[in-house]
Amino acid sequence: MSKPLEVPTMDMENKEVLRRIEIGGDMLLNMGPQHPSTHGVINFLVQTDGEVMKRAIPEVGYLHRSLEKIGERCTYNGYMPYTDRVDYIAAMFANQGWAMAVERLLGMQVPRRAEFCRVIACELNRISSHLISVGTMAMDIGAVTPFPYALREREFINDLLEELCGARLTYNYLRIGGVAFDLPSGYEDKVSAFLDHFEKILDEFNRLITYNEIFIKRLAHLAPIPAQMAIDYCLVGPNLRASGVNFDVRKALPYSVYPDFQFDVPLGKGEVGTVGDAWDRFWCRVEEMRQSCRILRQALAQLPQDTAIMGKVPRKIKIPEGTEAYSRIESARGDMQYYVVAGPGENAHRVKIRTGSFTAMGIIDALSRGLMIADLVALIASLDVVAPEIDR
Amino acid sequence: MTFEEIQQRLAAKFGERIGALAPANKDPFLVVPAADIVEICRFAKEDEALAFDCLMNLSSVDWPKKNQIEVVYHLWSYRRRHSFILKVQLDRAKPEIASIESIWKSANWLEREQYDLMGVTFTGHPDLRRIMMPDDWVGNPLRKDYAEQPQWHNITTTRDNSLEGYVRLDELTKKAAEAAAAAKKELPQ
Amino acid sequence: MQGFIDNLIRGWGYDPASWPWTQFVYVAFMGLFSFIVINFAAISGGIFSWAERRIAARMQSRVGPNRVGPAGFLQWIADAVKLLFKEDLIPAEADNVLFRAAPYFMMVGFACVFVALPFSHRLIIADMNIGIFYILAVTALIVVGIIMSGWSSNSKWSLFGAIRSAAQIISYEIPAGMALMIPVLLAGTMSTQGIIRAQGPWPWQWFIFDDPAATAAFFIFFISALAEGNRTPFDLPEAESELVSGYNTEYSGMRFSYFFLVEWGNLWVMSALAVTMFMGGWQVPFLPAERLDALTGWAAFFAEVASVLIFALKTLFFVFVVMWLRWTLPRIRVDQMMNMCWKYLVPASFVSVLFVAGWMLVVRSAPAVGIAMRFLLAGAATVAVVLFVQRVAHNLRDTGDKFDFTSNW
Repeated sequence: MSKPLEVPTMDMENKEVLRRIEIGGDMLLNMGPQHPSTHGVINFLVQTDGEVMKRAIPEVGYLHRSLEKIGERCTYNGYMPYTDRVDYIAAMFANQGWAMAVERLLGMQVPRRAEFCRVIACELNRISSHLISVGTMAMDIGAVTPFPYALREREFINDLLEELCGARLTYNYLRIGGVAFDLPSGYEDKVSAFLDHFEKILDEFNRLITYNEIFIKRLAHLAPIPAQMAIDYCLVGPNLRASGVNFDVRKALPYSVYPDFQFDVPLGKGEVGTVGDAWDRFWCRVEEMRQSCRILRQALAQLPQDTAIMGKVPRKIKIPEGTEAYSRIESARGDMQYYVVAGPGENAHRVKIRTGSFTAMGIIDALSRGLMIADLVALIASLDVVAPEIDR
Repeated sequence: MTFEEIQQRLAAKFGERIGALAPANKDPFLVVPAADIVEICRFAKEDEALAFDCLMNLSSVDWPKKNQIEVVYHLWSYRRRHSFILKVQLDRAKPEIASIESIWKSANWLEREQYDLMGVTFTGHPDLRRIMMPDDWVGNPLRKDYAEQPQWHNITTTRDNSLEGYVRLDELTKKAAEAAAAAKKELPQ
Repeated sequence: MQGFIDNLIRGWGYDPASWPWTQFVYVAFMGLFSFIVINFAAISGGIFSWAERRIAARMQSRVGPNRVGPAGFLQWIADAVKLLFKEDLIPAEADNVLFRAAPYFMMVGFACVFVALPFSHRLIIADMNIGIFYILAVTALIVVGIIMSGWSSNSKWSLFGAIRSAAQIISYEIPAGMALMIPVLLAGTMSTQGIIRAQGPWPWQWFIFDDPAATAAFFIFFISALAEGNRTPFDLPEAESELVSGYNTEYSGMRFSYFFLVEWGNLWVMSALAVTMFMGGWQVPFLPAERLDALTGWAAFFAEVASVLIFALKTLFFVFVVMWLRWTLPRIRVDQMMNMCWKYLVPASFVSVLFVAGWMLVVRSAPAVGIAMRFLLAGAATVAVVLFVQRVAHNLRDTGDKFDFTSNW
């Protein structure tokens, strides 16, 4: 086994390594774990020569809640609220990934109306997750105003989802085999009214910040990720599409009722900088919100009128031991994958959740050589990493 | 390409070392010998027909009854849009396997996670250290026989059970009524 | 001020030159005026903190402080009282003397400027004939305070903020100083009152519209003043998202509030300077300075009030613009900020000075050209303002929004 890289560790007793770095003339800074802009509890060990970084090593695990081990102890139905916490900003998707994996284990179908409810809830959640992402990114760059604007719009979505399932953040809305509640009466009109209002706000948002000179100067040409590197490090979601790779799970491996809808997949084109730079990642998310509005309108128009929102699910879900299933969904942060191996009783034997933020953290060390500290903040924000997804 | 075609292509290249595809218990997979994993993965990435340019997922599953730890590799090809599942079965007492970080960079963090949580050692990994747990943690949490140490740096890992000595109110009143009835029966009459 | 006190002494029946208590009266009045100035600076800093929070909130579709006092007006007093009650924390490894002294350097550097600011045509504490020179010199004390606070905190993040700030303020002194030389050139004097008197009450008589280089100089000065005051887009030293709070991370309690007092009070200073140098200061329309001097009695009093109000209104407008910029624009990066200063603003300011010097020669021989240029620039500015308002109205209508000043107070 080759000697591991000499990196400063959390072990505070190992002052020798720290001292060697400091003697070389570089500064060793801790950015985090409590920091206004590391998108959750993440620590970065930054070795800098003044403003310019030599290395930025992420240290994660502060939010590790052993969700995968809990999956081995919970019944399949009972695990659904835990999946909310895998990514509490885009909780519907985590719910859907789990539901799809267990439904594949059971080999069951979900009623059509339930699928439409799932799509509506998920696309609304995608918009609210992207709002947080672009709002906090703008705030990290220094423009504080887009953040309350994004939150204001997110409040409307929170109200809509609260009306739907009773919760504003961790929804626990999906169930194995369907959804928990049907759409309330008058819901279609409320969502349509929100979409009419929101699409104009997106234009205002673009006027305010997306095409702002200073914003572009900060983000254009920042950490451009070539498509091959993005694929090698397994970046997913808007990060991958900003690098020009045309892959969206909803189009490439369609699930649920997405084949019924027409929508575009925004790809990074290097409009103001290089293809795959931080501005492209930002812009991809803004455009995805627009596409989600399109999907929502179509979903509301095509909503089936039958009433079944749950399929035939046994009371106690028991699956033969060793059955395994894999589900992939397009979460707000990319391709979220669940690998579930069924256990002997009513629990799973192993649950592995592969999230987009986890692999995105792996690329930060490689990209951060030669960046400035302000750029590191912008880079983390543009990759849209959230601590719960990384640590689970 | 379907799972069968991929397995045939691998068998054509590696012959005896590639067994048969496991039957689809929802998802079919291929078990390969641990010693050949690097070679097989490199071929899977560089072969034009397979072109697996992405290691989607790397997990490990603990099977104490079979005395094995399985490492599961989920491969995906963006160019050909097909996926595949490779499995390696390691001895539970000493789970060691070569690292494929030199083939796919995403394996760097994924292997570190399994090293940390399951205790699988990946030889040849450039930076194998714990990722979720603190660096001086003892034990591998995802193992089935994992017992948490009682304290870490003088912070206890257990809390007192707040339900100890807890009696529900209706049981309490029932007990009090029974005690009163028993006391009344014992009163000398 | 000395003339004013001398008149007062004569009014009491003594001859200032020979009265033994003259110096004592001078010192007493200096103390009195300093007290007034520091109070004005501090209170204006506090009120601007309230104003900024309300304005920022309205711009962000929020309400802002609205509990403490009418429309939250007493919020800054509540904050000051709270900070006074806080524990006076000094990090164990911090340099005690420097840590304690740093905020006072900043306060001194900031408060001294008020001495040379002309609030109206008779209200100025010290009308020195090197007014601008004195102001530029004294504002440099702020840098000393910032570096002291960052260094003595013994924290890497504070040090980062302090060094960034030092680089920024020192660099931007140069374009600011050069841009301020243009009103000095045009007026022929460094005294602030003199510069205002050299302008006129009407917009086309202000220095900003004198020639294109003077307009450029105004913008160069404004940008440099933003950088000197650590305001967005140049608030890298306090970049909350990167450095937690920059050079004042380790401060708590009243010491912490001094830094922010200086920042908000600086809004007044930079706006007042911009107004004095380029926008005619306290000049009242319809009343050129000579007629103002000649007024007596009640007319003089009302003219004084009018000139104070006009100065205040112009300054408050620029304070609003600075706040507006803070809540609209993102922050630029350190190297981009240095690039902008040294590669763009410094050459531009030098070129402007040369242009204005040449322009003055041209105007001396052909005065009509000067007047035509003034009207041209003033007209262009009016057109720009009208187009801007139209664009804003169009954008508001586009999003289905409306201008609403009446709700949510």
